[in-house]
Amino acid sequence: MTVRTADLVAAIVCALCSIGLMAKSAELNIGWVAGKGPGPGAWPFWLSSGMLLVSVITVYRWFRKITPESRNLEIFITRDRLVVVGVSAGSILFLLVATHIVGIYFSLFLFLLFYLKFVGHHSWPLTIVLMIGIPVFVFCLFEWALKIPLPKSFTEPMFYPIYDLMYS
Amino acid sequence: MDSIFALLASGILEAMQPLNFMMIIIGCTIGLLVGAMPGLGSVNGVAILLPVTFLVPPTAAIIFLAAIYYGAMYGGAISSITLGIPGASTAVATVFDGRPLAQSGKADRALIAAAVASFIGGTISVVLFTLFAPPLAAFALKFGPPEEFALMVLAFATFIGLGGDDIPKTIFSILIGLVLATIGLDIISGQPRLIFGDITGFLHGINFLVLAIGIYGIGEMLWTLETTRGEVTVHKVKMSLRSFLASLRDIKNYIGTTSLGSVIGYFVGTLPAAGATPASLMSYGLAKTFSSKPETFGKGNVAGVAAPEAGNNAASTGSMLPMITLGIPGSPTTAILLGGMIIWGLRPGPLLFTEHPEFVWGLIGSLYIANFATVLINLAFIPIFVKILTLPFTILAPTIYILCVVGGYAPTQTMHDVWLMFLFGIVGYLLRKLNYPVAPAVLAIVLGPLAERSLRQSLLASQGEMTIFIERPISLVCILLAIALISYPTIQKLVKRRRAQARGGEK
Repeated sequence: MTVRTADLVAAIVCALCSIGLMAKSAELNIGWVAGKGPGPGAWPFWLSSGMLLVSVITVYRWFRKITPESRNLEIFITRDRLVVVGVSAGSILFLLVATHIVGIYFSLFLFLLFYLKFVGHHSWPLTIVLMIGIPVFVFCLFEWALKIPLPKSFTEPMFYPIYDLMYS
Repeated sequence: MDSIFALLASGILEAMQPLNFMMIIIGCTIGLLVGAMPGLGSVNGVAILLPVTFLVPPTAAIIFLAAIYYGAMYGGAISSITLGIPGASTAVATVFDGRPLAQSGKADRALIAAAVASFIGGTISVVLFTLFAPPLAAFALKFGPPEEFALMVLAFATFIGLGGDDIPKTIFSILIGLVLATIGLDIISGQPRLIFGDITGFLHGINFLVLAIGIYGIGEMLWTLETTRGEVTVHKVKMSLRSFLASLRDIKNYIGTTSLGSVIGYFVGTLPAAGATPASLMSYGLAKTFSSKPETFGKGNVAGVAAPEAGNNAASTGSMLPMITLGIPGSPTTAILLGGMIIWGLRPGPLLFTEHPEFVWGLIGSLYIANFATVLINLAFIPIFVKILTLPFTILAPTIYILCVVGGYAPTQTMHDVWLMFLFGIVGYLLRKLNYPVAPAVLAIVLGPLAERSLRQSLLASQGEMTIFIERPISLVCILLAIALISYPTIQKLVKRRRAQARGGEK
């Protein structure tokens, strides 16, 4: 896909999202409510209308080839760049999905193993130190210092002995 | 004036409290590191680390974040000079002369000039800040909801008029930020709004941090990975006491233009869309214009490194002025600071000076100390910061992603927000590739609830008459300025076209 095509696709998607937001806002009162001023849907409705208008202008400018993106016939994202970005985005996606299944700490462990060893090709000692060190740091900072429990899914009982140490 | 000095002295004492002082030192050091990393700037550091500040009281928290902001402005020069890649867009102009100096083996001179100039810029701007902030806050006390709303319209208009990006795309970015801020419970009627697919996670709204971390954490890292592909070359820096002293003697060559650049940088920094990048470019241009050897600029002139660094540091302090006094952030970083203040239970704006003087003056006092601390840390540890630049991206990137994920989870403690953050990161990255500016959206999501409240209060008071915004003098001035700013790019284009036609006619 060229940058020119991507620019049009993005503008059309933006326009469709704007229509969706307008429809969603219109489920509420978008008019004047006596004694209360504008209805709760008015502000988002008119903002979304503005979004639709500027998206349509972007499409018009695309047809007229006014912007640099609308004239750019280079590839939007080359294959090798897609690989670099895709590996990062895919590994974060994995981290999030795995967090729902095995909790954040084991996911971090696997995420770091993949990124450091298989993407970065770092040595095993460094990989192991960071694989353990970073989740321990996150635990100490968030759970111990900030008192913010992070999601652990079914692995929660494994942390009970540490909680006992922390809160005893 | 005496009262300002007394308040400033109390602020400096507040900033010298052990916890606050420690926050300054840690913040400056982290800021230097974050600023030095290619692709990461103050906004990324502040967005990613804001959740960590829940650990300390609000004054210490803002001091920490402001110190990161400060440190990052110093640090940006390190990668501009040694890598030839600006640590952040604010340090772009530093590359022009910093890179040639490094290539000719004078990286140490460039780094020292950058640190000293940043100190000059920081000092001048913080003095200007101290002098301007109290009267501006006192003036802003006259503002009611119509003035507040008009001021926000003016802030958004600066993005359209001065941002230099595609105008329809800039407006889209502002509007989407404002719409995202409306998700959740309506502030007046309490009714749920824009709850997609009845997902309960939307009921508590979209925290600005979710968007900021998504865009400036995940999106920015993807962007940096794509553009640098993780491959960078570091120029060696040789430091000795003799070269250090010789570099200090350079100061007399650039102190004049640097000081002038700092003053201009400060005022440019107060404008929401302008900020540190144009300030540093303007300061660079000024130094070149006033130089006796303008032809040496771009080929390795130390003054060409000093000027933009003074400009961007001054602008970062300048951008805090509207944030503290008016509740309007002057840059994306201050937008995040402002959002943080709301989380800490403080309402940014003129009342801060009367209701929380210890907070405001503690912050101002900390700027003075941070300025000294950063220049000392910077000069003392230049070789270490340069060494850290060699940290491979395959270690830096996963660490930042992890901080983003746990940082996105911390404010509301729901995975819903982490997924949203991921989505914003990807969408932000793709839209950025198509020249959609992302900073206006972050500013808009922070200001959105305040803008809506002031608009609805104004309309309720006027019974729906929009004329309320032009009947009051201050809001009228803001609206007129906003119209002028919005029409500025079109007028500029027309003038250019007419000139071109006139030139064509002459031929």
